Amino acid sequence: MEKGKLQEYWKINLRYLIGLLVVWFVVSFGFGILLVDQLNAIHVGGFKLGFWFAQQGSIYTFVVLIFVYVALMNRLDKKFDVRED
Amino acid sequence: MDVQTWTYSIVGITFMIYIAIAIWAKAGSTKEFYVAGGGVPPVLNGMATAADWMSAASFISMAGLISFMGYDGSVYLMGWTGGYVLLALLLAPYLRKFGKFTVPDFVGDRYYSNAARTVAIICAIFVSFTYVAGQMRGVGVVFSRFLEVDINTGIIIGMCIVFFYAVLGGMKGITYTQVAQFCVLIFAYMVPAIFISMLIAGTPIPQIGFGSEVVDGGGFLLDRLNGLHEELGFASYTDGSKPMIDVFFITFALMVGTAGLPHVIVRFFTVPKVRDARISAGWALIFIALLYTTAPAIAAFARYNLINTVSNQQYSELPSWFKTWEGTGLLAWADKNGDGAIQYVKGDPFAGKPAFTGEKGELGQRLLSNETTTDNANELYIDRDIIVLANPEIAKLPAWVIALVAAGGLAAALSTAAGLLLVISTSIAHDLIKKQLNPNISEKSELLSARIAVTVAIVIAGYFGINPPGFVAQVVAFAFGLAAASFFPVIILGIFSKRMNKEGAIAGMLTGIIFTAAYIIYFKFVNPGMNKPEFWLFGISPEGIGTLGMLINFAVSFVVSRFTPAPPLEIQELVDSLRYPKGSGEASAH
Repeated sequence: MEKGKLQEYWKINLRYLIGLLVVWFVVSFGFGILLVDQLNAIHVGGFKLGFWFAQQGSIYTFVVLIFVYVALMNRLDKKFDVRED
Repeated sequence: MDVQTWTYSIVGITFMIYIAIAIWAKAGSTKEFYVAGGGVPPVLNGMATAADWMSAASFISMAGLISFMGYDGSVYLMGWTGGYVLLALLLAPYLRKFGKFTVPDFVGDRYYSNAARTVAIICAIFVSFTYVAGQMRGVGVVFSRFLEVDINTGIIIGMCIVFFYAVLGGMKGITYTQVAQFCVLIFAYMVPAIFISMLIAGTPIPQIGFGSEVVDGGGFLLDRLNGLHEELGFASYTDGSKPMIDVFFITFALMVGTAGLPHVIVRFFTVPKVRDARISAGWALIFIALLYTTAPAIAAFARYNLINTVSNQQYSELPSWFKTWEGTGLLAWADKNGDGAIQYVKGDPFAGKPAFTGEKGELGQRLLSNETTTDNANELYIDRDIIVLANPEIAKLPAWVIALVAAGGLAAALSTAAGLLLVISTSIAHDLIKKQLNPNISEKSELLSARIAVTVAIVIAGYFGINPPGFVAQVVAFAFGLAAASFFPVIILGIFSKRMNKEGAIAGMLTGIIFTAAYIIYFKFVNPGMNKPEFWLFGISPEGIGTLGMLINFAVSFVVSRFTPAPPLEIQELVDSLRYPKGSGEASAH
């Protein structure tokens, strides 16, 4: 595979990674830890929101993040023709 | 049928299934032995990874921990799941493309250095042994409580089962047994949770139930729990009491440590393609999340049930589970004020673990020889491991549910033990013998030495299970801290920095490990009396120090690599080739 195309593929991959890792950080370390007291002022059903993110919401988000990455990368692999057969 | 008969039947049937799978999945080559031939479908690999990952600690101890820690227990929930995002995004696809058998393989080849490979082998073996001793102990505990055999007999039975399918089937046998074990353990975990959620919150979904109102009226479960905690002097359940910086660092260390554990990483070598490695991490996390989102619900239900059942109740009127667990020594009551009722409030009832005199009090309670504390009114000692195991009894569930929990605990412990034992044997047979000591070894002899290595590892693990070193619980922090401070940075830099060379990697690994190990050893072993927040560096506990070790590793690697020559051209090309999936081929030894 030619060098320039590979670099472009890698750059797009890194952009996806940064975007998804920002979300990863915000839901767990942000909502679940650093901002937990502020969010706990909000109640959803019987849950305080910060507590819910720490014990439930962050985990659901983690699952979604992986599947979003898989979908993005499968599309990218096809576009750059680096997909394995 | 009574609980005993149910337990023997269910445990017996599951063990027969594991053995049948082992015979069916016998490994014929080193490739099948190390990475299951590289042909495991992603969904099944996800299940096997989940079973591999969820140990006796996840199954038996975690909900109990959260039950007693409240919000502070979130460090385990986020820490032990968030690492899979890092795995799927930053590690798994590239390591699969690399296409070798082990983590030391990657470290040794990428950094063109046998010194780096050796450091990696030592870390892998140390981390895995730490872990496996705890699993064997878990097997023993379940056997002794539910099958009423001696704890040591229980460990030996467990060793025989693992021996059978790990030695015979290698990774192939282990993977397919783990799929079966996952089904057993998740079913065993969910059934009591659903029952209890119905009983307390009136909904079959525990994840919703613990945010609902309790069925007997009186408001939301968590509000009621906070109210009870306030009444009894405990910290608020939904707020916790650890300092924020420590929660942050522990969570980070657990996440990064998870992503750096060799027995987790090796799972992604077993799938056919790079894209399978990505999605297989996703499947693994879904299966793990099932248990991990249920655990905090069980924790809250159990806490509520426990306080309501025992607080200020007469000992003579307590249900029978209380006395059963008192018999195991995991529960004890010291009637300090002599009123015959249980006072359960904040504080230690007495110093240390319960020491029974062997005599019974006038109400039938086991008397203690411990010196009782006078600064608080608490009279109850509860070991947190009881919570999951006793939960079905506390909630008065049918006998078969209780038996199921026993089978689930065994499945969790055995599946994790097998995965770890395989890492140890691969490190010795492949990384040490084949790659360093005797490169000309034939396929057949290598397979034989791998089988001998598993056997020796099982015997050593069993020995530690029977004679547990007092520090097993202490060294878990070690396993995660070391993985976080060594493997994680070295692999990430190996993939994402072409400029990273062997000097940088080795210097980084060594400073990361030495710093982390020194900090943990100092506070846990040398000077445990100082293990308090006011003496910690920046208020970070030994459990969270791996995060700082990782940052030090990154910084040292970066600086050292800038002052030393760039890696050879063929290594830079190797890194380029890791970055796109095409042409991955199958995992191979050469």
